[in-house]
Amino acid sequence: MSEHHCSLCHIGLENVSVQRGGQVLLQDVSMHVHCGQLTVLIGQNGAGKTTLVRALLGEMPHAGAIRHVDDHGRDIPHVRIGYVPQHLHFDREMPLTVEDFMAASFTRRPVWTGVSRRTKQKVRDALAAVNAENLAQRQLGRCSGGELQRVLLALALNPAPDLLVLDEPVSGVDQNGLKMFLDTVLRLKETRHMAILLVSHDLRLVREYADHVVLLDKTVLCQGTAETVFATPEFETVFGTGKEEG
Amino acid sequence: MEAIYAVMDLLLPIEALQFSFMKNAFLAILLLTPLLGLLGTMAVNQQMAFFSDALGHSALTGIGLGIVLGVSSDLMSMLVFGVVWAILICRIKQTGSASTDTVISVFSSTSVAAGLLILSRGGGFARYSSLLIGDVLAVTPADLGWLALALIGGTGLWIMMYNHLLLSGVNVSLARSRGVHTRVVECAFVVLVAVAVMLAIRWVGVMLINALLILPAAAGRNLARNSRQHALWSVGIAVVSGVAGLLSAYWWDTSAGAAIVLYAAACYGVSLACRGLIRR
Repeated sequence: MSEHHCSLCHIGLENVSVQRGGQVLLQDVSMHVHCGQLTVLIGQNGAGKTTLVRALLGEMPHAGAIRHVDDHGRDIPHVRIGYVPQHLHFDREMPLTVEDFMAASFTRRPVWTGVSRRTKQKVRDALAAVNAENLAQRQLGRCSGGELQRVLLALALNPAPDLLVLDEPVSGVDQNGLKMFLDTVLRLKETRHMAILLVSHDLRLVREYADHVVLLDKTVLCQGTAETVFATPEFETVFGTGKEEG
Repeated sequence: MEAIYAVMDLLLPIEALQFSFMKNAFLAILLLTPLLGLLGTMAVNQQMAFFSDALGHSALTGIGLGIVLGVSSDLMSMLVFGVVWAILICRIKQTGSASTDTVISVFSSTSVAAGLLILSRGGGFARYSSLLIGDVLAVTPADLGWLALALIGGTGLWIMMYNHLLLSGVNVSLARSRGVHTRVVECAFVVLVAVAVMLAIRWVGVMLINALLILPAAAGRNLARNSRQHALWSVGIAVVSGVAGLLSAYWWDTSAGAAIVLYAAACYGVSLACRGLIRR
């Protein structure tokens, strides 16, 4: 059963262009990310996938419009975005537990003064939702790739976002971790009717899970269901025939 | 002040602390080391040891510029220059357009050379040589007031910004997606470090100030498993090294700054040995 918690219907990008240092990073990108759907962004390295994510996060100045539209076609000024980054570049020897890290996002009380019982419970609940409750006292730098992704997903889901952005979250994660991560994401799609944008290199994964696929190379080359996109000449030009990685 | 001195006489009947200059120095250490210990944790975790080292050296430039511009207070010159310097480096780091280490190194050596050039004019650098090693015995009751204010204000700011700074340190985009103004908190942090360093420099010295900021936090890091333990160890080691260093300097008749740093370095050595046992 769907628990539609937001009135957001879709995020619409209309002719979004990004230039930096005289270089065109994105040109007239128009696409929709719908609630209740897993939209997957594919393309080669340097195709502008991360730039698009950063524009969505509001970090990248851009031309064109990014609209958040409700069920009645009206604009919503602000939507909550949960973001799972591709990499974390932090000092892995830092004395920082998963609980500290998550508590720092949940409360204003500085974590060096300790974590309240209530916040501890909140962290435990958030981790339990992604099958990671055993990680609370683990040092962040000692988590494996898959564990770290689950922690980041738990964080991205609290507070419940309208749009969940996953920037190649499955690179460097083992098969078990990958399956657990994707099962969690799919469950969320169904139960919370969330809009999910996934950036992925793994075409086998895309074919299996995506509701909507967007092939990007500075601009949108084609979009539609995986089957449609994979059959286009544009897809063949970018990836070659039958060369599904992963 | 007399009341505080009387309490100290009662609680700490140590021969070394019978003189009021030693009492002032002792209080200065108690006010300064906890703030440096706290700030050090983040400086170490965000790999800013080189930045804070260069920041300490820029004190000389600040004073030099102050003389050229006719500013009467050395402390004010150091503070203003230190804050501007820190913000400038922070901005360069945020644009990510050049290797931060190289920029800091070039800028630091240039500014130190400029400061030395001004201060050594006419062979007069001897007047400023005390800045290099510091003199905590010269603390006055008025200085203590400023240090207390710095400790309260600095800790207050630290409480407000810590979580946001921690998130920015792990991933800037992630922090921004959670509503953190990453550029503002990063700049606020370097300004806070600049103010703490400049206030401490007269007592600890340009040569040693960075060690006092970095060593306790680096030692604490070897012993801690979470943020709270890191802060506790770092502050604890900073205060204990500070007090032990001050008393030892009195007994041995040496520079207090040097003794303090050596105690902190010894703590670091012990922590390194313990680290293997703790993490096993």
